[in-house]
Amino acid sequence: MKAVITVTGKDVVGIIAKVSSACAEYHANIVDISQSVLSEYFAMIMVVEIDQIAVEFTSFVDAMTKLGKENGLVIHTMHEDVFNVMHHI
Amino acid sequence: MLNMNDVLETIHMIEGENLDIRTITMGISLLDCVSDDENRFCDKIYDKITRKAEKLVSTGEEIEKMYGIPIVNKRVSVTPIAIAGGALSRDGFVKAAKALDRAADTLGINFIGGFGALVHKGFTVGDRNLLDAIPEALSVTGKVCSSVNVASTKAGINMDAVKQMGDIIKETAYLTKDADSIGCAKLVVFTNVPEDNPFMAGAFHGVGEPDTVINVGVSGPGVVASAIKRAGDCDFSTLADIIKKTAFKITRMGQLVAYEASRRLDTPFGIVDLSLAPTPAIGDSVAHILEGMGLEKCGAHGTTAALALLNDAVKKGGVMASSHVGGLSGAFIPVSEDQGMIDAVSCGSLTLEKLEAMTAVCSVGLDMIAIPGDTPAEVICGIIADEISIGVANTKTTAVRVIPAYGKKPGDTVSFGGLLGYAPVMKLNEMSPAAFIARGGRIPAPIHSLKN
Repeated sequence: MKAVITVTGKDVVGIIAKVSSACAEYHANIVDISQSVLSEYFAMIMVVEIDQIAVEFTSFVDAMTKLGKENGLVIHTMHEDVFNVMHHI
Repeated sequence: MLNMNDVLETIHMIEGENLDIRTITMGISLLDCVSDDENRFCDKIYDKITRKAEKLVSTGEEIEKMYGIPIVNKRVSVTPIAIAGGALSRDGFVKAAKALDRAADTLGINFIGGFGALVHKGFTVGDRNLLDAIPEALSVTGKVCSSVNVASTKAGINMDAVKQMGDIIKETAYLTKDADSIGCAKLVVFTNVPEDNPFMAGAFHGVGEPDTVINVGVSGPGVVASAIKRAGDCDFSTLADIIKKTAFKITRMGQLVAYEASRRLDTPFGIVDLSLAPTPAIGDSVAHILEGMGLEKCGAHGTTAALALLNDAVKKGGVMASSHVGGLSGAFIPVSEDQGMIDAVSCGSLTLEKLEAMTAVCSVGLDMIAIPGDTPAEVICGIIADEISIGVANTKTTAVRVIPAYGKKPGDTVSFGGLLGYAPVMKLNEMSPAAFIARGGRIPAPIHSLKN
């Protein structure tokens, strides 16, 4: 199973490092990243495998949300099924 | 592979356009709780409801977090209490309502539906006792919702029941006068009532349903309104297509949540209800969708056509997105729960007569409408009879949920708080239908009910 992590906020040094470190800490394997910066606005979508994560998925969601708040970013972590059902028949 | 735009679109729908799952409702049969001892009946229904739905709220919260989509309400509907508690006295039914209220408190749900009766062709002894108990039951409980089905296309209209409902609504308004007659906001009079509706106040668990079932109601007027706004000046075919595509996406989310809730709770999946249910929140209004189509204000001539288009497109888009569709499935037009409707009534654009016409082409009916507190019971009966006739003649569900707010006059405002919102008191035609209502008996079923 995979989850989609979206990260948005003002661009500063080290956002990708912080988010990917947290993923590593929880054993969420990153399989895809797309990222861009537009007028100092940072946006990243990251797809991670969650089969092997160290905690319950809901706790992982909370941890990522907290990480976002601590760094002035908005981080959404959602199960990939949400996007699959909505955009694919 | 996931597309970046798709991901951002979904997140924007949730964050910016109020997309949510309006309710996960667990239907629970109480037919195995039958007893002629009222205390034993109350104990049995309390035990069964709290046992079967024990994990409803926590499961809903888990799914909410897993998918990142808000699930606003977790609710329970039960077998009509007049059927399960057919042997009870009037006072026994009041006790049963209190037991339902306690069960709702224990579970942490915000409403429990099913304190009702199906009397479209006549009354049993239990039906009569339950109807007599409704005003007191709704005044001594906070979370219990009541619905009474007084007609069907097959059976015609039970005008004796219509007559009694006028008195019951008035008495409920009086008994809850200290809270703007809020009891009436929890009481619906139906025709052709669906047995799997997850939305309150009309939800109940039909007798043809399994022991327990999960029904899910989706929402998302804000998402549809934004899609129409983005489309700009397009023709009606394009407009309908945009609504269909949006409804498809919304409903797929509902189907996902319903499937997951059913799996986690080990309870059969029933239906997804494809309704556009507004809330008083900004950007969550059905009236604003209609205005987005090009009406200066909801209620303007053209409103009924706009609503018919919307309602039809929502169904067409939603039906392929879910394996089973049911409940009310259409656009809701409650006044107090929709900021656009409230504004349209306040400025005089939207009248009760126009609302009645609109109900012919969308789901439900005259919903959450505040009327003057001194409205005679027979005028309320006339409102019910008119609205119910629209449903009977068109083989569709219609309903009436009016609040004759005690002590209030046209122009005053009543406030219920939360999802129930607030409403300006509407002016009524004051001519009396008393002699018509007093005839009693049944209005025969229409000719097109004979389909066999």
